[in-house]
Amino acid sequence: MKPNLTVNIGGIQLKNPVMTASGTFGYGPEFADYLDLNSLGGIITKGLSLKPRAGNPTPRIVETCGGMLNAIGLQNVGIEEFIEKKIPFYRTLETKVIANFFGTTVDEYAELAGRLDAIPEVAGMEVNISCPNVKQGGIVFGTDPAAAAAVVAAVRERTGKTVIVKLSPNVTDIVAMAQACVAAGADALSLINTITAMAIDLKTKRPVLANITGGLSGPAIKPIALRMVWQVAKAVNVPIIGIGGIMTATDALEFLLAGATAVQVGTASFLDPGAAGRIVREMEEYLVREGISDVRELIGALKV
Amino acid sequence: MQFKSLVIFNVELSSGYWRMRMTAPPLFADSRPGQFLMIKVTEGADPLLRRPFGIFDTGAFVTRYTDCGSQTFLEILYKVVGKGTAMLAALHDGDRLDILGPLGRGFTPGDPAGEKILVGGGIGLAPLYFLAKELVGSSRVRLFAGGRSREDILCITEFERLGVETYVATDDGSLGDRGFVTQVLEKHLVSAKDATLYACGPMPMLQATAEIARRHNVPCQVSLEAYMACGMGACLGCVVKGKEHRDDHPDYRCVCKEGPVFDQCDLLWEKGEGGQP
Repeated sequence: MKPNLTVNIGGIQLKNPVMTASGTFGYGPEFADYLDLNSLGGIITKGLSLKPRAGNPTPRIVETCGGMLNAIGLQNVGIEEFIEKKIPFYRTLETKVIANFFGTTVDEYAELAGRLDAIPEVAGMEVNISCPNVKQGGIVFGTDPAAAAAVVAAVRERTGKTVIVKLSPNVTDIVAMAQACVAAGADALSLINTITAMAIDLKTKRPVLANITGGLSGPAIKPIALRMVWQVAKAVNVPIIGIGGIMTATDALEFLLAGATAVQVGTASFLDPGAAGRIVREMEEYLVREGISDVRELIGALKV
Repeated sequence: MQFKSLVIFNVELSSGYWRMRMTAPPLFADSRPGQFLMIKVTEGADPLLRRPFGIFDTGAFVTRYTDCGSQTFLEILYKVVGKGTAMLAALHDGDRLDILGPLGRGFTPGDPAGEKILVGGGIGLAPLYFLAKELVGSSRVRLFAGGRSREDILCITEFERLGVETYVATDDGSLGDRGFVTQVLEKHLVSAKDATLYACGPMPMLQATAEIARRHNVPCQVSLEAYMACGMGACLGCVVKGKEHRDDHPDYRCVCKEGPVFDQCDLLWEKGEGGQP
């Protein structure tokens, strides 16, 4: 019998728990040659801002052991071009599209939430308060519970759609951040964004990235992400989307055990563009093999 | 496309420079000179990301081991510069690789009437050989190859076998003229008829070539190299500045998707350290 893979994230019904992480999957069509986009639980768009953003100077990425650093700096086409050029493609899809966005002020977050609320193709929004690579916007709201709550409350006021808040691991107490966002009206939380890190070139005695620091992603951060998902899942009563170094269904299912309802595949898509689709298949195979009829049985099923 | 490939041969040409031939699916024959591959050198997580390589050659050979009686192949040239390329150099016939490609936009052949001038440095000769193979049928083709030393000048005999006239310059004078290949290029360009330049190599060489092209008012395509994670326009790690770029008006172009070959006039060439367009 075909096991149930559907899960619900704050009102959004996903056909399976596997989504693609913001900033690692373009806007979606870039990957259509390598996997069936409709096989995914959802697609999270590249982070959007009110105006197009140039991003950081290069080099913007470097590989490190078991992972990579990026300091893209939220380069994106802006909300206008997103609506005009990217949205029409989503009409052809039968998967959930969640728009990731960020602002530099609370008002900008609110305005973007209002714009996205009016787009029927957008099932929900992921509020990025956690990009480590830009000074304004993102991380400034992601490291202070009161500032985060102000953003989430302003967004909440402008939309009835599902509001997911993407949390930064670059904090002392991620549980306090999570609780503040939930109290302010978040329907779900996604974690973790990248971990602030750096790489140095001994030959030139310079940092490798033009931005000096970047965000670490990939298998290297999975244990940290698992720990944070586990801590947050115990403390809040909204669904959690686990992110961090997921390369296989085994990784994804570990996040479910820790308490995540769904996951996002990020860096894996860079080296294996079909990774998210493969993980869906592997996950279903696992459930069949283990005789588990519903993937939801695994959520938070960690034995401690 | 994504495919599994078997190593057919993997040989060291000169110190640190290698040439590898692998199997490819029949559709690979449609790839264009200047396009590139993303190769996963190990199934493990270190190195995690694929490595980009220009296509040196592709074709087919007769074999009785496939249904259609022939086997498509592809070749790359690479220099061992780090962990990934060192692992590549340790591969033997029959070893397996996972390849994405052909990716990106290649060279545009242009009007066959004019003379085609290829300018390459070191490993940058790889895509120029594939291009030369296509151009020699219809045009006069000359190659200007440069490097630090004679070890850096690769596959010159292969170019000559195609009928390409070759000119070599090395920094230490161990092969050809002593000096930069772009100096040799400029001397010969004066007499060239309706020339088009095609360049691939280190950034200072590309900068000098683009400058010469502008000075002589000849078209010039450059193939760029950049750090990249995905090769398909998603990571935005490999961007270069386009000609319209200003701080308040971003014009970043992905080397992987909008390149790696660009018309030099479409890029913003900046002087100074880093030398990035």
